Amino acid sequence: MSKAVIENSNILLEVCNLEVQYDAIKALHGLSFTISKGEIVTLIGANGAGKSSILRAISGLTAFSGDIFFEGQNLQSVPAHKIVRLGIAHVPEGRGVFGNLTVNENLQLATWQRKDKAEINADYDRIFTLFPKLKIRLNQLAGTLSGGEQQMLVVGRAIMSRGRLLLLDEPSMGLAPKLVQEIFHIIKDINNTGTTILLVEQNANMALQIASRAYVLETGRIVLAGTGLELLGSPRIKSAYLGS
Amino acid sequence: MSVLLIKQWNSLLENDWLVPVLLTLGFGLSFAIPEYNLFSVYVQLIMMYIGINIILAVSLNLVNGYMGEFSLAHAGFMAVGAYSSVLLTMKVLPVADYPLLFPCAVFIGGVVAALLGMIIAVPSFKVRGDYLAIITLAFLMIVKSMIENIDFMGGPRGIPGIMKLTTMPWVFFWTATLVWIVRNFVFSKYGRAVMAIREDEIASDLMSVDTKKVKFFAFMLSSFCAGIAGALFAHLLQFISPRIFDITKSTDILIMVYLGGIASLGGSILGATIYTVLLEILRPSTMAALLSWLPSFMFDPLQAHLITHLGTWRMVIMPLALIMVMLYWPRGVMGLREFRGFIPRAHKQAHHHN
Repeated sequence: MSKAVIENSNILLEVCNLEVQYDAIKALHGLSFTISKGEIVTLIGANGAGKSSILRAISGLTAFSGDIFFEGQNLQSVPAHKIVRLGIAHVPEGRGVFGNLTVNENLQLATWQRKDKAEINADYDRIFTLFPKLKIRLNQLAGTLSGGEQQMLVVGRAIMSRGRLLLLDEPSMGLAPKLVQEIFHIIKDINNTGTTILLVEQNANMALQIASRAYVLETGRIVLAGTGLELLGSPRIKSAYLGS
Repeated sequence: MSVLLIKQWNSLLENDWLVPVLLTLGFGLSFAIPEYNLFSVYVQLIMMYIGINIILAVSLNLVNGYMGEFSLAHAGFMAVGAYSSVLLTMKVLPVADYPLLFPCAVFIGGVVAALLGMIIAVPSFKVRGDYLAIITLAFLMIVKSMIENIDFMGGPRGIPGIMKLTTMPWVFFWTATLVWIVRNFVFSKYGRAVMAIREDEIASDLMSVDTKKVKFFAFMLSSFCAGIAGALFAHLLQFISPRIFDITKSTDILIMVYLGGIASLGGSILGATIYTVLLEILRPSTMAALLSWLPSFMFDPLQAHLITHLGTWRMVIMPLALIMVMLYWPRGVMGLREFRGFIPRAHKQAHHHN
């Protein structure tokens, strides 16, 4: 990426020549992309293409080489809990709810480093309008929630941590088709309130429909980029991911 | 009728004054019992051991139960607290003239143990589960062999002739204070983070929890408590040697924690009490004394065939009981639940009650 792009104030996240290696295996082969403020960007690709590795590198869970800039700040070797404070909220694959803690405690944990009490209460209200069910289940152990409710809880947690960039790793995984629709609606709602979203999905069809832009990954490289609608119409995507 | 009784009982437990009243009562009794010899000296001794074991169980529960890490090092922390306080009371502080220096020595014993606890916290940043257990075991071995090789600290022979400074009010004071501190920690935002680490460490990191800081504090507080318990233990037994603080001591504490239930202060108190009392009851002399009211035609055969062999069977019966508990009651008596009096008002509706 050129310097001009970095100076563009609309860029929220910039990834340059990102490489991730697990022992001898290279998962990402120097890929670059950008996310602008207010966008929904989706990464699609088969299992093992490196989608989750990108998210893990951004949120500080995996060591990487290359550069990741968030609002101009380099994220190289910043620990994970500090990256959350900068405004990146990661909803990991497989949810990661704290099953033996209550819903309320789960939400409280997301405010671990926040001291602005009034704002926190406002965020609670925001979450309860998005997910009325969570309010009913507030004092229930998170492990007893259904899969869909757990997914709502982790998205709610991510909102509580005040992420301006939300990294969602397969939010539709294991959910019934109707709930998948609901989750995608909610993602759109969250985006409408000004949160930028980086969405990793197997459900390429749904993801491309709500995405402003999309990148297609194959074995650690970006092989195709475009707007959501462009890729939905692309014959290559149709045959590889959507089924024709 | 029984429903009514339960309701009454529950509303009694709901009262805010219950815990302060019980504490004052206990503190008063801890003075009265040795003063007027309300119980025999033997029973008084057991009561003090129960107090010390409660501190140990609560301390280990913080790491093993609440945080889900596995520590075998607690006998080591105990040894450090015991040895440093004993060196202070025997060689440095004029405790005989100023008895109030004893709690200072105990406190310093706890602080030294806490410093070592910080060292153990460092490997826990990288490893957990079985691997951390091995590291803490190695730590325990290092502590033990270091003491064995320092002649100044008595070497393998240990230190005899320690002053008997641990009294019932002191045991009660330290037990109540430390349980209160750990309870406040557990229900603070740090406690919430400690439990989040147990559930899912990566997710805690992603929730902005500074996991290193949290582990640091938890290990420090836990080893501080173990050090205090060690100091009290040394001044009660009046003799310490490295052999007292070996792996069997660590496993004793583990048993108390898992018997009582993980992640529960009430459970730790119950577990420590049940374990200590049962081990004592299973002593031949205690059992004989307990059953001495039986007519001699019943007592004599019991004495001949059962009670005299208890000394050997004691260490079979207790582990067997533990296996049974783990099979049929895997979370212990109060696993993941809490005694109501310990739960702060703000948390009340959110927790499971006993």
